[in-house]
Amino acid sequence: MDANQYIALAAFLFGIGLVGVVVKRNMLVVFMCIELMLNAANLTFLAFARRAGNMNGHAIAFFVIAVAAAEAAVGLAIVIAVFRTRGTLNVDEVASLRN
Amino acid sequence: MPRKIVIWVVLAALVVTFVGVLGARMAEGAVLPEIILGPLGLTDALFYLFAAMTFAGAATVALSKNILHSALGLLAALMGTGSLYVFLSADFLAVTQLLVYIGGVLVLILFAVMLTNRITEVKISNASLGLVGGGALLVATVPVLVFVAIATPWATIVPAELAPTTREIGNAFLTRWLLPFELASLVLLATLIGAVVIARKELKQDEPDTSVS
Amino acid sequence: MPVNYSPPPKSTPKVIVAVTLAAAAGIPFLFLGLVLLLTPVLKPATIDGLLSNAGIDPSWRTPAYVAALFVLALLMMNYGAIFSGVITWWERRVAGRIQSRIGPNRAGFGGFFIFIADAVKMLLKEDLVPADADALLFRAAPYFVVTGFALTFVVLPFGHSLVVTDLNVGVFYVTSVTALVVVGILISGWASNSKWALFGGVRAAAQVISYEIPAGVSIFVPIAMAGTLSMQGIIRAQGGLPWEWFVFRNPAALIAFFVLFTSQLAEANRTPFDLPEAESELVAGYLSEYSGFRFALFFLVEWGNIWVLSAIVTTLFLGGWQIPFVSAEYIDGLRGAGVLPSLAWWGWNAVSMAVFTAKTIALCNLVIWLRWTLPRVRVDQMMGLCWKYLVPAAFACFVFTLFWELAVSVAPRIELVSGVGFTVIAVVLAVLFARRVHQNIQAVQGEKIDLSNW
Repeated sequence: MDANQYIALAAFLFGIGLVGVVVKRNMLVVFMCIELMLNAANLTFLAFARRAGNMNGHAIAFFVIAVAAAEAAVGLAIVIAVFRTRGTLNVDEVASLRN
Repeated sequence: MPRKIVIWVVLAALVVTFVGVLGARMAEGAVLPEIILGPLGLTDALFYLFAAMTFAGAATVALSKNILHSALGLLAALMGTGSLYVFLSADFLAVTQLLVYIGGVLVLILFAVMLTNRITEVKISNASLGLVGGGALLVATVPVLVFVAIATPWATIVPAELAPTTREIGNAFLTRWLLPFELASLVLLATLIGAVVIARKELKQDEPDTSVS
Repeated sequence: MPVNYSPPPKSTPKVIVAVTLAAAAGIPFLFLGLVLLLTPVLKPATIDGLLSNAGIDPSWRTPAYVAALFVLALLMMNYGAIFSGVITWWERRVAGRIQSRIGPNRAGFGGFFIFIADAVKMLLKEDLVPADADALLFRAAPYFVVTGFALTFVVLPFGHSLVVTDLNVGVFYVTSVTALVVVGILISGWASNSKWALFGGVRAAAQVISYEIPAGVSIFVPIAMAGTLSMQGIIRAQGGLPWEWFVFRNPAALIAFFVLFTSQLAEANRTPFDLPEAESELVAGYLSEYSGFRFALFFLVEWGNIWVLSAIVTTLFLGGWQIPFVSAEYIDGLRGAGVLPSLAWWGWNAVSMAVFTAKTIALCNLVIWLRWTLPRVRVDQMMGLCWKYLVPAAFACFVFTLFWELAVSVAPRIELVSGVGFTVIAVVLAVLFARRVHQNIQAVQGEKIDLSNW
C-alpha cells in the first residue's frame, strides 16, 4: 500500500472538513469539522512517518491529539457558555464578543 | 447581506487563483503514476473498507441535517482513521485515537449536544447555508490536493515491517521531543484550569448577587 | 377467577437434576475447552504450518486467516454471552441467600436454566420503538454497547498461550475500547426521547468518564512494574505464588488494586454505583424505553462486564494464569518444534487456564457480594469519591511506584519483604473472615451446622 493513497484520503478528509466549516452554521458541527481536518493532518503525518521510517511524525501526531483534546475541553465549555447567554449556537448570530 | 456576497466572491477568487497557479505548476512537471490494480490483497481490501468508512463518516458530518447523526458520522470517521493508523505501523497512536477522540472528545460533544438542546426536540436545528459556495470550495480544493498526493513521488527510505512503536515513541518523547512534551502537559493543565474557570463564571451569574464588591 | 398455580414440587425429578448438572458442568467445559483448543491452533504461524503440511497452495492463506478470525470472534462473543447468562443465575441465587429467600428454583435444578428461559422470553417480546424517538439511533445504540464489550475479548488472556492476540498495547487497548460503551449509552439515552432515559444516559457518561481517570492512572502502576503494556507480558512479569503477585509486591500496588477495582465497578455501572439505572429514581435509566432483544443486549453487556473487569484485575494484579512453582519459560520449552504443540504443553495450558478462571470467578463472586451488601451512593458522593479520593490516590500510587522501582533496582530484596509481609497479613485477614463466617452460621444453626438447603 502506497503512501499516496493515504495522503489522497487525507486530502479528501481535509476538504470535507473545510467545506463543513464554511457551510455549516451550528457551532458544534463546525467544531466536529475542525476535528476532521485535524485528523486528516494526523493521517498525513503518519503516512510520511511510515515512509521516512522514523518516529517524528508519530510525535507530532501525538501533540495534535493532545491539542485537539484541549481544544475540545475549552471549546465545548465556550459553546455551553454561549448557549446559556445567547440561547443560540448559530455562528452568524454570535458575531460580537461583547454582551 | 451584500457584504457577505462580496466576501464570498473575494474568497472564491482567491481560492481559484491559488488553485489555478498551483495546478498549472504541478501539471508542468509531474505525471500521474500508473496505478497498478493487481489482485486485491487482504491489506488493500481492508484499506479500501476503512477508507470508505472514513469518507462516509466525514460526509455525514458535513451534510447531515441532524446533529446527532453528524456526531455518529464523526465516530465512523474517527474509527476509520484510527484503523488506518494500524496499517501505518502506528499501533500506539491508533489506540490513543480511540481513547482520546472517542472516549473523550466525542463523548464531550455528545454531552454538549444534550446540554444545549431541549429534550422535546429530537430533530435539532442544524441549519446550513451557502451550499453553492461550499460545493465550489470542494471542487476547487480537493482535486488539487488529491492530485498532489497521488502525482508526487514521495521520497521513500524504508517500507519496514509493521513493528510495535510504543518503545520508540517513549524514547522520542524523552529525548528529542522533551520540550514539546513538557509544553503539551502545560497546555493541558492550562486547559483544565480554563475550562473550570469558564464553567464557574456561569455558575456565579446564576446565583443571587451576595458579594460585597 | 383466581388462577391456580400448581404447587411447587416437593423434590426435583432425578432426570432434571441429571440434565441440569450435565449442563452446569458441560457449558463451561465446552467453552473453555474450545478456547483451549482453538486459540493456539488459529494463530497465523500454526495455520501456515498446517497448510504447508497438508500440501495446500499458499494462496489459500488469506481465506484461512479470515476464516480463523471469524471462528475466534464467534467463539469469544459466545463465551461472553453464555458467561453473562450463567452469572445472572448465580447472582440471583446469591441475592436470594443474602436476602433470606430462595431465589429462582423452577427452571431446572436450582433454577439453573432460568437464563435460557429469560433469553427466550426477551426474544419473543415485541421490539418497541417509541413514537417520537429517533428510530435509527435508537436501534443502533445497543450495538455500540455490545461492540465495546466484545472488543475487549481480543486481548483478555485465558491461559499461558490462550489469548486471541497478544497486542503490544494490550492494557491500553482494553481501557480505550470500553469508550464505545459510553457512546452507546449516551446515544440510547438521547434517542429514547424520554427524560428518564436522558438523565440515565448523562449520569452514565459523567460517571464513566470520571472513573476512567483513576482507572487509567492506577493501571500505570502494574505497567511501570512490568515495563510492558501487553497483557501476557504483565502476567509473565509476575509469579505463581502470592508474594510474587504485583498486588503484594509493592505497597502502592495494593492501594492501586483497590482504586482500580472500585473504578471498574463504577465503569461497569454495578451497585453501589448503579446510578444510571437507579430503579427507584429513574425507572430504569437509559434503557427505560427498550424492550425485547435490544433490552437483552444491554443486560448481556452489563453482566458480561463482570467477567471483563475481574479478568483485567486478575491480569494486572493477581498473577493472572501463573501456576505456583511452574515458570512460564518452562511451559514455553515444552512446546516442541512441531507445528502443533506437544501434549504436555496442552496439559500445562489447561492448568494455567484453570488457575486464571478460578481467580477470575472468585473476583466475580466478590462483585456480586458487593452488589447485595452495599447501598447505592448518591450522585455527589459518587463524584466526590472519584475526584477527591481515588484520583489523588491513583496519582500518589503512580509516583510512589516510580520511586519504589528505583529502590528495587538498588535493593531487590524489598520486593520480597513487601510481598511476604502483605501475604501474611492477607492470610490472617482471610482466616479471621472465615472464623467470623463460621461463628455467624453457628449463632443461627447451633453446633450442628446444616448446609443441606444451600
